[in-house]
Amino acid sequence: MIEIKEIRKSFDDKEVLKGISATFMSGSCNMIIGGSGSGKTTLIKCMVGLHEVDSGEVLYDDRDFTKLNFEDRIPIRKEIGMLFQGSALFDSLTVQDNVMFALNMFTEMEHSEKLDRVNFCLNRVNLENVNKKFPAELSGGMKKRVGIARAIAMNPKYLYCDEPNSGLDPKTSIVIDNLIQEITDEFKITTIVNTHDMNSVMEIGDNVVFLHQGQKWWEGSNKDIKHTDNTELNDFVFASKHFKEMQK
Amino acid sequence: MLFYHLGKYVLLMKAALKRPEKWSFYWKEIAREMVSIGVGSLGIISIISIFMGAVTSVQTAFQLISNLISSSVIGQITRDNSILELSPTIGALVLAGKTGSNIASQIGTMRVTEQIDALEVMGVNSPGYLIFPKIIAGVTMIPMLVIISITLSIVGGGVAGVLSGALSQADYITGVQAEFNNTILIAGMVKSVIYAFIITSVSAYQGFYTSGGALEVGESSTRAVVVSCILILCADYIVAQLLL
Repeated sequence: MIEIKEIRKSFDDKEVLKGISATFMSGSCNMIIGGSGSGKTTLIKCMVGLHEVDSGEVLYDDRDFTKLNFEDRIPIRKEIGMLFQGSALFDSLTVQDNVMFALNMFTEMEHSEKLDRVNFCLNRVNLENVNKKFPAELSGGMKKRVGIARAIAMNPKYLYCDEPNSGLDPKTSIVIDNLIQEITDEFKITTIVNTHDMNSVMEIGDNVVFLHQGQKWWEGSNKDIKHTDNTELNDFVFASKHFKEMQK
Repeated sequence: MLFYHLGKYVLLMKAALKRPEKWSFYWKEIAREMVSIGVGSLGIISIISIFMGAVTSVQTAFQLISNLISSSVIGQITRDNSILELSPTIGALVLAGKTGSNIASQIGTMRVTEQIDALEVMGVNSPGYLIFPKIIAGVTMIPMLVIISITLSIVGGGVAGVLSGALSQADYITGVQAEFNNTILIAGMVKSVIYAFIITSVSAYQGFYTSGGALEVGESSTRAVVVSCILILCADYIVAQLLL
């Protein structure tokens, strides 16, 4: 379980996060949605420690991440997997080395054990015969899947996905969404997905947090969204004519 | 502004030179960087070294037209210039252009494509993983390149001197062997180690704090070369004052 309490973050004079609190349960897909500039990415970066919060707490199973220094954060970081918007695979390494990276760095496993783990993770994301390929040789969807494989290589308890469907076609997006949900259920991971994609929200959003102007504006399940009377959320979700007609 | 960057640079170096999480993993990176910096720069260093020596020899011969001075002095001047200034300093300026821009653009690209964020989320000390192997590879391989450069420069000087008819091969060899002072070799080697640290660390600093996109990566790369070159020339003067 991840709990955030009163998270505040400013850049220069601009307050981007204005006291956000939420609880993300394990074994569920938690979606953070909101318009551009609403603070979604900043919130995720604060939660994983890429930005330091100005005030507030980020609790990983009651361990306050914000109070720890770099060294003390490492044990928690080993429990975190993250899929980045652009996949962020290491260009100079093969797919196999990318997935094996954290295993090489942090474990004393034999090479054969690590290779088994890599193959398990790649199979889990439905990728085969790509071990020796470099990221530049893969399609966008394949890169995302390798990104997921790398994120789950260390058996994480917490999985972050930043815009997992950006730049993907609708069919591949569904594959990635289903993969995220399956992995969340299978390994009982606390998954937090930052997305614009309303199809994803409707498909896999067990818990949805809507950010607006740096504040938590609404929280509920994907089913609740259809019936909400929250104006800002409705404007965001049903922005297109097509969705408005569907809502009617 | 200068102190702001100096402070950031010192903090980055402190993080980069921390004890590695896992030596075996770092050794592979160091070896990879040694190949990239050392073997990868051998060609250009060889070419410029031969011509540096050749030009020094021919120009010295042109300026020393006198019956009172032995032509073997040309060999001596070419040797001393190669060891003390040409190979370490001109070599370092060329390497700042080649290796420095490569390091800055490589790390800068990793920054803007979130690869450094990915390392940090995993709990990896990203300055250590990205910068430490480059510094170690630089301070071991660049002095070796300088030794090769000195050798080729002296050989190039001899070939050009003899081919131009300025002096005989025997005179050149006599000059190269005459009155050798160890201090110039020590100064040359000290310079090469300092320059190697400047090139790798300054370029890594510029790359590490890149923000934006492809344009900013290019700017970081240019800045890395410019700042490295200026610092190399400053260090050149300081080392010359202190050691000679």
